[in-house]
Amino acid sequence: MAAIIKVDNLSKQYHEVKAVNDISFTVNTGDIYGFLGQNGAGKSTTIRMLLTLISPTAGTIELFGKNLHANRKEVLQQIGAVIEKPDLYKYLTGYENLSLFARMSGVKVTQKKLTDQLEQVGLTERAHSKVRTFSQGMKQRLGIAIALIHDPKLIILDEPTNGLDPQGIADIRNLILHLSRHQGKTILVSSHLLHEIELIANRMLIIDKGKKIMEGTVAELVDPARTRVHLEVTNPQQVVTWLQSSRWSTCLQEQNNTVILLQMNKQQVPELTADLVKAGANIMALQPQNSLESYFLSLTTENRHVDTFTN
Amino acid sequence: MWTLLQIELFKIFKRPRTYIAFVAIAAIVVLIQLALYLDGKTYVNFMLQSIERFNVEGKMLNGYFVCYFILQTLLIHVPLLIALVGGDMIAGEANMGTLRLLISKPINRSTLLISKFLASTIYTLLLLVWMAFLSLLISLIVFGPGDLMVFQSQVIIQIPRSDVFWRYLAAFGFAAIAMTTVAALSFFLSLFAENSIGPIVAAMSIVIVCTILTTMDLPLFLSMKPYLFTSHMLGWKGFFDIKASADGSAELGSIQNLPGILKSALILGLHIVGFVGAAVIIFRRKDILS
Repeated sequence: MAAIIKVDNLSKQYHEVKAVNDISFTVNTGDIYGFLGQNGAGKSTTIRMLLTLISPTAGTIELFGKNLHANRKEVLQQIGAVIEKPDLYKYLTGYENLSLFARMSGVKVTQKKLTDQLEQVGLTERAHSKVRTFSQGMKQRLGIAIALIHDPKLIILDEPTNGLDPQGIADIRNLILHLSRHQGKTILVSSHLLHEIELIANRMLIIDKGKKIMEGTVAELVDPARTRVHLEVTNPQQVVTWLQSSRWSTCLQEQNNTVILLQMNKQQVPELTADLVKAGANIMALQPQNSLESYFLSLTTENRHVDTFTN
Repeated sequence: MWTLLQIELFKIFKRPRTYIAFVAIAAIVVLIQLALYLDGKTYVNFMLQSIERFNVEGKMLNGYFVCYFILQTLLIHVPLLIALVGGDMIAGEANMGTLRLLISKPINRSTLLISKFLASTIYTLLLLVWMAFLSLLISLIVFGPGDLMVFQSQVIIQIPRSDVFWRYLAAFGFAAIAMTTVAALSFFLSLFAENSIGPIVAAMSIVIVCTILTTMDLPLFLSMKPYLFTSHMLGWKGFFDIKASADGSAELGSIQNLPGILKSALILGLHIVGFVGAAVIIFRRKDILS
């Protein structure tokens, strides 16, 4: 499958701070590519470099097989983007905003196309209202209409569900899935709402403090064979000693006060529970977590512990 | 470029704040016209007090005189109104958050910046056309035409009515260059801020400081004067400095110091090129973080 985005050793440094530190990734045609990280992880900085808003300190970006900076205009014609919150001209109507940015995209757009686009994002009735009267969700939908109006091959959405209510979040999620499945768009979507990404993305990249932590398919990252089990007991030392001498020793990850962390296949959890009871463990809680969210949190938290101890 | 210019003009003239300057100029001009209409003779008599043995024949308080009076009063303050739009061109977009959307479009940054500057220049020109319409044409309709008397220190210059109108056209043309310089300055400063108040205040502060330096006759400042754009902004007055023939009568169509006016226009033009050129160079490399 052809790579639409190919980023190699990308870095961005502001004075002493490395906002993005030597990250590489590839987004293939047809992907819904989740770009995950906590606030300040470097997601927006990376996206801004993909859109030529800021220049990289080092590294290269290829889009559609072409060097971004050498072919900026040609490449950007094929991209639609919503960068962070969709800030628009509040004194113009939704229709005027859409028309204005459509003309800037370098394609001729008919009145019908503008109307259809507003209909697709559910803004037909408010097309001629000033944007200052729009809710956050309506602004977000208008921002997406602007990103789509010139029929781009690649859509970049930076935190598209920020500030939306649950219905708004679901609408955006459905729209992303529709664009991918029915219009064949390639989508890069960043978020710190991992559950949302888990529901829509087929591949993803996790970054923290500007560094790439993991890249892979969602199936790999939520592999049941790598389920993390949080075990809370009143007698942790005794339980850890028993675990180390048992067949579960390879599953033992770490201990923090009364919480013991293990990693195993999800199907083994009932067996572990039975063994613990037999061994006299006073279990307060036993929670298997295999969602991407727990995986992401554990990765970034572990990273932070490592930094704390090594600095 | 043409599409971008159209879009920029559309944005400027869709904003209510754009019309503040037009309303402000209309209000000031009409107030001055009203004051001169009701009590203009007292003002003229006051001006003539210091000049002995001077008899005026004809109507001194005519449309041309009123226009000159308005220009002298108003052209000092118009830069503030120009800076309101010039200072908002980039900083206002950064403040609204729309700058990042603009830059992510397939548009050359230089082209975008130049189209924005051209749009603010067109706004400046329209403001001057509006001012010319109100101060010259309305004054001529209300007060009627006549010879123009211009007071310069202890000297009165009388320009025959047939020789005045083109001088106003030239003066407004020069004023357009001077005001475009202010637009270019505020536009340049607009690059460095994320709200429009900063560049507007900074542009006006620079105009005020440079004007003060221009008016102070201290040796240090004298050497700087020729290079300060504020020294040349009132060059439009030169078009009303008519040559006198040997018998003391006015030479129709003449200007005392045309090279001086052209030099001032050239220096202002160089400032415009300098400000816009620097803005383009900086903007091409600027990281858009807003």
